[in-house]
Amino acid sequence: MAVPTHRPVGKDVFFMMTCLCDAFYADVARAAVEILEHAGCRVHVPEDQTCCGQPPFNGGDFKTSREIARHTAKVFAGDWPIIVPSGSCAAMHFHGNSLQFEDESDREEMTALGNRTWELFDFLVHGLGLTKWEGKLEKRVAIHHACHTRGTKTGEAIKTLLGSVDGLELLDFGQGEQCCGFGGTFSVTFPTISAGMGTLKLDHVLAQQPDILVSADMSCLMHLSGLAEKQQRPILHQHAVQLLRAAMPSV
Amino acid sequence: MSQPVDTFAKQLKPATREAVIKSAALTTGQRVDILSRDFEDPDALRRLAGQIKQHTLENLDQYLEQTEASLTKAGAHVHFASDVASAREIILGILQEHEVKTVVKSKSMATEEIHLNPFLGQNGIESIETDLGEFIIQIDDDTPSHIVRPIIHKRREEVAESFEREGLGDYNTDPETITRRARVHLRSKYMNSGAGITGANFLSAESGRMVLVTNEGNARFSMAPNKVHIAVTGIEKIIPKDRDLSVFLNLLARSATAQQITVYTQFINGPRPADKPSGPEHMHVVLLDNGRSDVLASKCREILRCIRCGACQNVCPVYRQASGHGYRAVYGGPIGAVLSPLLAGKESFGKFADLPKASSLCGACREVCPVDIPIPDLLLRHRERAKSEGIPSPGSPPMEPFGSLATSPALWKTSMRASKALNHLPLGLMPIKPLQDWLAVRTLPKWQGGDFRAWLKKRGKEAGDVE
Repeated sequence: MAVPTHRPVGKDVFFMMTCLCDAFYADVARAAVEILEHAGCRVHVPEDQTCCGQPPFNGGDFKTSREIARHTAKVFAGDWPIIVPSGSCAAMHFHGNSLQFEDESDREEMTALGNRTWELFDFLVHGLGLTKWEGKLEKRVAIHHACHTRGTKTGEAIKTLLGSVDGLELLDFGQGEQCCGFGGTFSVTFPTISAGMGTLKLDHVLAQQPDILVSADMSCLMHLSGLAEKQQRPILHQHAVQLLRAAMPSV
Repeated sequence: MSQPVDTFAKQLKPATREAVIKSAALTTGQRVDILSRDFEDPDALRRLAGQIKQHTLENLDQYLEQTEASLTKAGAHVHFASDVASAREIILGILQEHEVKTVVKSKSMATEEIHLNPFLGQNGIESIETDLGEFIIQIDDDTPSHIVRPIIHKRREEVAESFEREGLGDYNTDPETITRRARVHLRSKYMNSGAGITGANFLSAESGRMVLVTNEGNARFSMAPNKVHIAVTGIEKIIPKDRDLSVFLNLLARSATAQQITVYTQFINGPRPADKPSGPEHMHVVLLDNGRSDVLASKCREILRCIRCGACQNVCPVYRQASGHGYRAVYGGPIGAVLSPLLAGKESFGKFADLPKASSLCGACREVCPVDIPIPDLLLRHRERAKSEGIPSPGSPPMEPFGSLATSPALWKTSMRASKALNHLPLGLMPIKPLQDWLAVRTLPKWQGGDFRAWLKKRGKEAGDVE
């Protein structure tokens, strides 16, 4: 995954809530905004934002996906960095769009959009330069690294910040490089394989008996937690940013 | 209707799946260990290998000519086979010319591609696989399910049963005993054969030098007692220079089996020179196109960099669940999901258009590929092609309605709020296929549509800063 190298950093930032947080995880989006503000940012959340276009893109419907991506580019017009609490949606901006716009006349505009996009933790650590999160949280935490953050600095950034929280213990588990099995529509078109993959992931995670499972992508967690609950072995799960929020001294 | 690969996975015996997962996961781990132990920056090496291969592909016409000239100069006969039928006819012709009744074969995916063994059988020529895994596949009338571990789907108990059935000794599951029995059985086959057929791992355009790697030495055995050697290889196996081997040989075994180098690495410089005591007097190289020129002209040409190591299969979570046989073709796993629809030809693309969907696009294959093939991107290109060509995809919801919603913010926001009703509906009873497929194995979190926006608004009013 080619992550843009010279992305803007500034006090004013756009926040892209992602469709999943819009629909299911308001608390995650809230925590992300509060963390960014706590880190000194002025957070702007354009009302007309919808989705990054990934669902049709993954389905091969580039035409539909491009229309959504163009809408997104319009909504987030300007120079501010765009912060996304999802490695997957961020990767759509800087990688997916490069693929589906390769023969399009507005390719440059989409490249520009990608060049302003940061996954939240990547931004906190490599954009804002945070290496220590002041706070305390007595928890044993398993981090699931979402596949769309492969080759990016997000994984390392999550470890840095969560690892710096007093009392927080990071756990390793087996076959961490393996996908959880979500994969968007893959989760419903390949239900057996998707569930098989998720079950293996849960086996590895639960073997370490974590207090909580976190990730930079709620999509993986939605799948894994839903699977765990159905299998009657529910697991506490949150976006990694919610742990930073929970660790903050005064709420 | 469900996706064929998923259906296959559902019906796969748990013991088979377990065998595949165990072996694939073990090799994946060992591969990482050996590469990071031996090289400071293995990714740089992978990128370099990818660049060399890409360069070769982009100048393949020129390198093919050079390879032909070098091989001819070395004394080999070069044949170009445009498709399966011509490859078979060329090979049959050579064997008939030398009145060969029995051939011994070392492992070759190219010969799998042209289904050589049954064809030779129909023409009265016995073809015996000498790689242990392929030998077991052959006596079981099975097909390989992995590029370098053809019997990854078999447990040793099954192998013991097969050997007993074939009269190769009493039931015995000890791997060393099985290997020894196969070795004894195959020795006489080598000695009584009339030709040896091999693949080729690399072919140097500069020198015509052919490189063959094995762990069992069976390629050497296949050649040593025979007058005729036929090597069948895809045109993409060419590399520009001998020195490039230093890159590829360092990557191939480590990626494939987590070995520094295979037990045998043969450098074949043509047929036996007159002053040497043994070796084939006749060397034939069959350069197989079989759709590769079309691939080269397509947007998926990077797939031709593949050196057939199987690392993408080992690391692939879908392959681990479905096994190689789930992919219904010679090549399974990520490489197969890209290659099979292409090799099927333009008219038959649709027959394999479901394979590129059998991926969560997790990108693990891309990370391990020794020639840096962007496999997920190629899977996406295939999906786009399938969509453009209107090939139906079972279970995939059409995305146009979602597109309309996601480009109409007012409608989007209304739907977000309105869908809260979902929380009060008996979801399990709603006749929406994707929803049912989700709920069959998972629960769904509570709908919070619009809550974040509402929070922002409320807070904005308090703070007077609404965007």
